[in-house]
Amino acid sequence: MSTHSEINQRRRFLKTGLLGSGGLLLGFNWLTGCTNNTAGHVDADSGPELPDTWQDINAYLKIGNNGTVTIYTPNPEFGQGVMTAMPMILAEELDVDWKDVISEQAPFNAEKFGFQFTGGSRGIMSRWAGLRQAGATARQMLITAAAQQWEVPVNEVSTKAGRLFHSASDRSAGYGEVATIAATLPMPEEVPLKEIKDFSIIGNSKKNVQGRQIVTGHPLFGIDYRKEGMLTAMIVHPPSFGQKFHRIRNLDEVKGMPGIRDVFHFQTYKDGFEKGGFDTNAFPELVAIVGDSTWPVMKAKKALLVDWQEQEAFVESINGFRGKTTRNVPTGLENSTDHESRMKEMAAIPGREVRKDGDPERAFQSATKVLERSYSAPFLAHNCMEPMNAFAHVEGDKVWIAGPLQAPGMIEPTIAARMDIPVENIDIEMTRMGGGFGRRAYSHYMLEAALISQQVKAPVQLIYSREDDMTNGIYRPAYHATYRAAIDENGQLTALHIKAGGVPESPLFANRFPAGSVDNYLAEEWSIDSNITIGAFRAPRSNFMAGAEQAFLDELAEELGKDPIDFRLELLDRAKENPVGEQNDYDPERYAGVLKLVRKKSGWGEGDQDLQRGVSAYFCHNSYAAHVLDLKIEDGKPVVQKVTCAIDCGIVVNPDAAANMAEGGIVDGVGNALYGELTFTDGKPDKNNFDTYRMIRMNEAPKEIDVHFVPSEIDPTGLGEPPFPPVFGAMANAIYKATGERRYRQPFWGEGLKG
Amino acid sequence: MTSYQIEVNGKARQVNADPDTPLLWVLRDNLQLVGTKYGCGVGSCGACTVHVDGFAMRSCQLPLDQVGEQSITTIEGLSEHGNHPVQRAWLDHDVAQCGYCQAGQIMTVSALLNHSPNPDDAEIEATMSGNICRCGTYTRIKAAIKSIDSVG
Repeated sequence: MSTHSEINQRRRFLKTGLLGSGGLLLGFNWLTGCTNNTAGHVDADSGPELPDTWQDINAYLKIGNNGTVTIYTPNPEFGQGVMTAMPMILAEELDVDWKDVISEQAPFNAEKFGFQFTGGSRGIMSRWAGLRQAGATARQMLITAAAQQWEVPVNEVSTKAGRLFHSASDRSAGYGEVATIAATLPMPEEVPLKEIKDFSIIGNSKKNVQGRQIVTGHPLFGIDYRKEGMLTAMIVHPPSFGQKFHRIRNLDEVKGMPGIRDVFHFQTYKDGFEKGGFDTNAFPELVAIVGDSTWPVMKAKKALLVDWQEQEAFVESINGFRGKTTRNVPTGLENSTDHESRMKEMAAIPGREVRKDGDPERAFQSATKVLERSYSAPFLAHNCMEPMNAFAHVEGDKVWIAGPLQAPGMIEPTIAARMDIPVENIDIEMTRMGGGFGRRAYSHYMLEAALISQQVKAPVQLIYSREDDMTNGIYRPAYHATYRAAIDENGQLTALHIKAGGVPESPLFANRFPAGSVDNYLAEEWSIDSNITIGAFRAPRSNFMAGAEQAFLDELAEELGKDPIDFRLELLDRAKENPVGEQNDYDPERYAGVLKLVRKKSGWGEGDQDLQRGVSAYFCHNSYAAHVLDLKIEDGKPVVQKVTCAIDCGIVVNPDAAANMAEGGIVDGVGNALYGELTFTDGKPDKNNFDTYRMIRMNEAPKEIDVHFVPSEIDPTGLGEPPFPPVFGAMANAIYKATGERRYRQPFWGEGLKG
Repeated sequence: MTSYQIEVNGKARQVNADPDTPLLWVLRDNLQLVGTKYGCGVGSCGACTVHVDGFAMRSCQLPLDQVGEQSITTIEGLSEHGNHPVQRAWLDHDVAQCGYCQAGQIMTVSALLNHSPNPDDAEIEATMSGNICRCGTYTRIKAAIKSIDSVG
């Protein structure tokens, strides 16, 4: 059933999605050529046959005279599988055979495709209704075209797998045969969508449409972009946060090195520039080295001597998602040890009250027992395998950009403002990303490449070295949270108190579970200013809070003598039957659903006494995930035997790919929970490459991961992020079972820690 | 700059570059073979893995002047139509997420199987732990490897 507002949303989606259909695909050619993404042909040598002519039906699809259909994926692909899943949604309603589908990344065009963004696990969720409608209206236009051609009533024409049928006269035609007429027809306002039970593509696993290109090393990524006459550029940035450029000491020497075209200093923003929400950037003053190819530039980068100076304190104004805000950026070279002690100080004094239910002060005063525990986690670097990079070519007042980025619509106005070039003259091509995890939402490197190209008057590819990528980061912040529980003389939980903060932001979600399940509740937060840049990292804030909360609930359950799953279900039952407060942002029933499913699938409590297992559940990005993690300590090292996972993310479009992403989120969680850490000494990151930054590797990954989805007919919700946060809690709880010792400080198995 | 003749994917190729240029950048910048990926430049991630005389090597650690007569195979030359058993197994298990590290993973596995057609879990883990997958596809990589009977 569609609500009125949903229908309006769909109409809006289609209207914007259809403006200027038939638009030309802009952008450069890959020098080595780009074969089609062969949706249904991943195992074959070639994709669907290319037609002689194409007809644009709407912005999202065109149909060839031979029946081949090209579907454009509006959102950028960073490995989450949208280039497969989004066309599946459209193809379902279009009623076309998957083997006839070609998937292509749409051009960046906000007028045609709306907000082309990858992040916040919102891709499928935000495109679901629109892509269905785009497919269904196109199908209706094809039906009408066939009815006109055959001179039969529209309601007598049916479709199946890319063909139109009129059974009374025993006629049939392929979509390609009527596409020319269909393209001239008006777009129907609203057409009925398929019943969920009739889905034949959605819910049936399809392989990654770029799988064949990936395994054959085809150029797909930004870093693979090539253009005739292209130069290579790298940047040099201050080694420490809290520093800025002073002067280059040996400019002429480095300029004269073989293969070097230019070395210069530049500013990424104009003075007084008001930043947008994704313009986070620690080092807006850089040195660029431009040369003929990568190695000479790397050698020049090593030879370059730059003096840096202290960056004085400043206040930055940002016009972002929460309106206009300011950020206090202190001066000084920061240390992680200071961060830790300052976080402890802040945790010991009252914070800013965000939510209060009942009378928590009184409940704590009259408690027979108070359980109080504090949790902390360090900064983390994203470490996408493909380092930040961008291709740019500036010619006069025209800018061409190509590369890996999550939010092209957010960097375009920044480029326009810096270069005094209207947005219409900026063309951005979204390439496949070698990972993103939030980092590529902040695509300052695109603007940097454009400024370098403008300076050297040539097409340029800017590549960050791994060291640049890791030390010029927009990190997951360091966090701290203190949980307190009041227990009365009957052994009942009477109050909960959460006080959370971080450097430089608070991770608190005051209205999430367990808010709503306890009569007396207090949530407070605090933050400590820092000049270290932070930003979205897979499930921002949730990736810490889930671990702290779920470890605390585990210890609390033990204190109350309850099974950890039963205890959570009791709280959720209370939140469902008689919720405290009115702003609880979770559905207790769906929350309980994943816990019940993971209990069943993991065989929890069924003769598992010998297993050393921890449970955890969390809700974020509109979806619910629960894990049971089985751990063994072997030779003093933690070995994850198995993770059983239950997820409720509504309808699952591409189940096997969805399971893959959940598996990846779990591996990512295990790695960061056990080993992930970036510390700072005098403002300088202590690690700058994979020889020192400990990334999870195959021998440390879970031996087995078993993913289950709650069967659902609810519209899809997030999946890229939700399975990640609860891993931290499951790991903490399993470590306790395996070692008898609770660990409160991440990483749980960092340097110097033994089993 | 020095002129070198090296054998890549069965063909003699002429390249002009400094002797200390890592093979990685010769492949990517001089020969436009961009399937071999830059990940760390210090031999710690495996994204740049190629075969040198049939053995897996990190191309970021092999200077051009040390290539000599050795035969280099990159992901582009692993099979003619992308139908090497390892590539097929990767497609069957739909291993890739972002896909950036997978060429290196595939080159490491295919070299392993050249010398040890039926590796056990311990051998797979020992060999593959030099290749980082940030997306965390390790369980699929392992399942894909184990599904390959033998490359014979």
